[in-house]
Amino acid sequence: MTKVTLTVNGQTVEKDIADNRLLVELLREDAGLTGTHVGCDTSQCGACVVHVNGKAVKSCTMFALEADGADVVTIEGLAKEGELHPVQEAFRDHHGLQCGFCTPGMIMSSVDIIRRNPNLDEKTVREELEGNICRCTGYQGIVKAVLAAADEMKKEAV
Amino acid sequence: MYPFSFKRAATVAEAADLFKGSDDPQYLAGGQTLIPTLKQRLAAPSDLIEVSRIESLKGISEDGGQIVIGAGVSHAEVAASELVRARIPGLAGLAGEIGDPHVRHRGTLGGSIANNDPAADYPAAVLALGAEVRTAARSIAADDYFLGMFETALEEGELITSVAFKVPEASAYAKFPNPASRYAMVGVFVAKFADGVRVAVTGAGPGVFRVPEMEAALSADFSESALHGISVSAEGLNSDLHGSADYRAHLVGVMARRAVAVAR
Ligand SMILES: Cc1cc2nc3c(=O)[nH]c(=O)nc-3n(C[C@H](O)[C@H](O)[C@H](O)COP(=O)(O)OP(=O)(O)OC[C@H]3O[C@@H](n4cnc5c(N)ncnc54)[C@H](O)[C@@H]3O)c2cc1C
Ligand code: FES
Ligand code: FES
Repeated sequence: MTKVTLTVNGQTVEKDIADNRLLVELLREDAGLTGTHVGCDTSQCGACVVHVNGKAVKSCTMFALEADGADVVTIEGLAKEGELHPVQEAFRDHHGLQCGFCTPGMIMSSVDIIRRNPNLDEKTVREELEGNICRCTGYQGIVKAVLAAADEMKKEAV
Repeated sequence: MYPFSFKRAATVAEAADLFKGSDDPQYLAGGQTLIPTLKQRLAAPSDLIEVSRIESLKGISEDGGQIVIGAGVSHAEVAASELVRARIPGLAGLAGEIGDPHVRHRGTLGGSIANNDPAADYPAAVLALGAEVRTAARSIAADDYFLGMFETALEEGELITSVAFKVPEASAYAKFPNPASRYAMVGVFVAKFADGVRVAVTGAGPGVFRVPEMEAALSADFSESALHGISVSAEGLNSDLHGSADYRAHLVGVMARRAVAVAR
């Protein structure tokens, strides 16, 4: 057992954990934040994406001890004071989800994509969503939602 | 996953010491290959030595006509680097096409070429650009570094510290990605230097390899048409559920022409 200390959605989490504990296990099982999902065993589906020090990563492919000292944001940390984040709002408006299983990862990835790409187009969104798999929507609604949220966030920034 | 003990190295020397002091250790860089392997129980190291916090493995610089990239630099950092984009656009482009954004945020240059997956992208760039793979003890020429499927010239416990890439006059990488994994079915890196052209192929065979016939033709005339009529033999190339050896041999020609067409 080794002690890990990190910040999750602004709160300090401190815990003695097994050395092979994955970040996603720490988030879901120790911190009780079950919004982050696990959809595969092979690091391919992206349901587990969270932000670690501002970067989108697969929390199933990172050990909790690698996140020692890090600042982690999960899907639970996006809405502020009961108001959905613009990307969450856009997913709702544009039918970006059906069953919702992929959605936490999709939204965390989308926030990261919008941050890194000041001028998004459809082709870029589709390329950038390479690491997120959705079995329901056919992606049309997701791509629309990301583009709409990007526009919305630009307006808000002005 | 089997249990292991997690150790953190702050310096290259400390990483080597921790390695020596453990039973059956493995370095952990970005974990984008190692962690999936551990999850599948395909490896059972006694100790994982985290090298991703070692400062001296980070950073990209230009030094005497070479672009030197730390082993711990992520694929995303190489793809976004102004220096790499300006001096070796083919290399920045390659890094930006590895896997997906999340893999690129964590995965590193050192981890990729230490692993030497036959379908990995970086080996093609390292070989075509005639790079030097540097460790604490020595510098290994790319032509001597890749020894076949998952095999390299690294000794047990030898940590890659950086890779020094010669700056070409023009370069490009063209890959036909496996649509599910994004690894290369076939990837071809073309690099044009004042004294000749180097062509390296990944994904097609058991390890990355050069194509001397294409290099000779392109050194005489750096154009797509110079490649017409040149084919590689399917013998010894990979055949699996994704594609036959013949198909891959054909793709080598197509990808080489595409790379030459966009090289800059
Ligand atoms: C979904 C997915 C898609 C991917 N797609 C692609 C793709 O399209 N193309 C591609 O090329 N790759 C792809 N990868 C692999 C990715 O590029 C990995 O990042 C890379 O292969 C390994 O780098 P790492 O830093 O993650 O290494 P790790 O997984 O941490 O380590 C890999 C191996 O290298 C050793 N090692 C690490 N650093 C060093 C060092 N400095 N010196 C000596 N040994 C070292 C480790 O001990 C280990 O044996 C993909 C991975 C995933 C999960
Ligand atoms: S759970 Fe599928 S990529 Fe992490
Ligand atoms: S909404 Fe069901 S998996 Fe994407």
